[in-house]
Amino acid sequence: MRLLVLFFTFLLASVAHADRIFVSNERSNTVTVIDGSTWEVLTEFPAGLRPRGITVSPDGSKLYVCASDDNLVRVFDTSSYEELFTLPSGPDPELFVLEPNGRRLYIANEDDNLVTVVDTQTKEVLAEVPVGVEPEGMAISPNARIVVNTSETTNMAHFIDTETNTIKYNMLVDQRPRYAEYTSDGTRLFVTAEIGGTVSVFDIDGDGAPTEVGKISFQVAGVQPEWLQPVGAKVTSDGQWLFVALGPSNRVAVVDAKTLEVEKYILVGERVWQLAFTPGEEYLLTTNGNTNDITVIDVASQEAVRSIPVGQQPWGVIVAPGIN
Amino acid sequence: MMRSVLSVILACVASIAGAADVNTAIIRVEYPQLAPISRFEEKTADLAFAGADLATQDNQTTGQFLGHNFKTIHVAAEPADVVSAAAELRAKGIEIIVVSARADELLAIADAAQDALILNAGAADTALRGAECRANVLHLTPSDAMRADAVAQFSVWKKWTRWFLVRGSNPADIQLAEEYKRAAKKFGVNVVEEREILDTGGSRRADTGHVLVQKQIPVLVQNPKRHDVVIAADASDVFAPYLPFHLWDPRPVLGSAGLRPVSFNPATESWGGTQFQTRFEKLSGRYVTEADYDAWLALRAVGEAVVRTGSADPSDLRTFMLSDDFELAAFKGQPVTFRKWNGQMRQPILLYDGRINASVSPQEGFLHPVSPLDTLGADEPETDCKAFGE
Repeated sequence: MRLLVLFFTFLLASVAHADRIFVSNERSNTVTVIDGSTWEVLTEFPAGLRPRGITVSPDGSKLYVCASDDNLVRVFDTSSYEELFTLPSGPDPELFVLEPNGRRLYIANEDDNLVTVVDTQTKEVLAEVPVGVEPEGMAISPNARIVVNTSETTNMAHFIDTETNTIKYNMLVDQRPRYAEYTSDGTRLFVTAEIGGTVSVFDIDGDGAPTEVGKISFQVAGVQPEWLQPVGAKVTSDGQWLFVALGPSNRVAVVDAKTLEVEKYILVGERVWQLAFTPGEEYLLTTNGNTNDITVIDVASQEAVRSIPVGQQPWGVIVAPGIN
Repeated sequence: MMRSVLSVILACVASIAGAADVNTAIIRVEYPQLAPISRFEEKTADLAFAGADLATQDNQTTGQFLGHNFKTIHVAAEPADVVSAAAELRAKGIEIIVVSARADELLAIADAAQDALILNAGAADTALRGAECRANVLHLTPSDAMRADAVAQFSVWKKWTRWFLVRGSNPADIQLAEEYKRAAKKFGVNVVEEREILDTGGSRRADTGHVLVQKQIPVLVQNPKRHDVVIAADASDVFAPYLPFHLWDPRPVLGSAGLRPVSFNPATESWGGTQFQTRFEKLSGRYVTEADYDAWLALRAVGEAVVRTGSADPSDLRTFMLSDDFELAAFKGQPVTFRKWNGQMRQPILLYDGRINASVSPQEGFLHPVSPLDTLGADEPETDCKAFGE
């Protein structure tokens, strides 16, 4: 029997598989898994209480989930969906960012005005960095020297030096900053402000110091401006296109990341929240919290091409690259 | 928590003026009054103060990055002592005062401290935003007019356009009933009948009170004209909570009971509200009240203005708060701002049944050239307020 299990395990591991999309469902306490080539839902598994932030290890083998109401990070195997271990996170972890080498995890503790730094290998808390009220958005510079945290009630982006775990710069942004996103070359940073309705744009110098260079705002005919609430954001790796989820307006804005002009609005599901690219950036996925689905956007044509039902109140989305 | 670490991490912030010491106070006026009908509404010792403390904590967490220091003093005063209480605060150099009181005491404080910035976190009287407005007073608490309009819009959206208005007999009840009649006219609702329930000093919470209530209330509201809903105007908290289950004709009740227009409540979890609730409950060990939220909103508005201007001068802050550059996230799904013509904060009104928000006004379809929020309460062309020159 044991041999048989081993054999099948070997078989499973050796079989090529497509990209897998993982969606955290805040209200159903689950993660939905979707096949990235057929768009079929493969399964939905329990992921702890109020799963929100979600990411994968650089090798694609581990899935990290902020289980906000469990006050910890749960780590799952991306193939078997089994829980491998948990990581201490500090109270109410909402969003996090993993160092590019996969070692340190930076977690926003929404209730405690802290960013907790956790070593994913020793499972130890390395530092707690005091930040503003209701920390949420997390980003890391591509050279891993600066972690950016946004605090929603303080209305700042805090730039944390990852060597000393202290704040190096603070930049005021508009009301309720939700998300921060670096370009892949690290020279530009975007910070969305949900209630302010804007995206602040910073140029980043060689030392990681920010200079505000512009602010993007949004306008859709027939939609009340207060519903255009920027939340999640993703920029293409060539630094050309910035996609911004606009929450209750049910739209994703397509912004020229160089000129900062809004080029297009793509209609998606209701209360669009977070975004993720598929590995080759062919598609952009959006979580739609009120329609309980995700929308697939074709990046080249900037069109929504399909929607896929998931669990209740989908929050975050990430894609684990497939194995060929 | 981690104060020593915090002082080390004061880091540079671009484009912000110098550090400020922001000394504020909250005066809560203690009125002699009967116990509330429901013991859920008993006043706590830290009522309104806890909301002010949370705001000061929030402001200080932000202020540490900019070198600002926020402090708030609590003052509980008898109605007769409010002027001396305000004078004492002024003598201590405090120029920003939150007032959790009724209209008379609010005005007494405002007129005694004309060089101070007064933040109304309690008095809903519409006249305070109209003929009785003061240049040095900003209003966080939504006016009765805004609340009545919020109820009327929802009622119209539901096509419940025939109101049976049941009001109390005290002046405040009569005034609240007037607000509902005005709102009815504004939104095309028909008040088919108005009836008074006389405040005779009833049995309230006595052991057999419910027996009397069960016999008396139906008789007082029997055989009304055909109506869709009952609007309760009971500012004195005498009878309204009994109405929903003691009507003659079973109808939904809105206003002072049933579905109530409120600025906030402990059930609100949308728009990041959960985080506010968690922070408040951790600080105070109880659920939030409107008095707490209004006080929180007052000092958060001050904090936001300090952070954006780098000033603690009340006149600079007032100017900024009334400008187009001011906006604040207040856990209501859209930025809240001040009306330039009377200093009232525009904000959504929650329609709360005691457990959940059944709806939030303004309702869809009520349009306005500036902001849908200005469909609630007196709009610029209608205002009687003369103290706010543009």
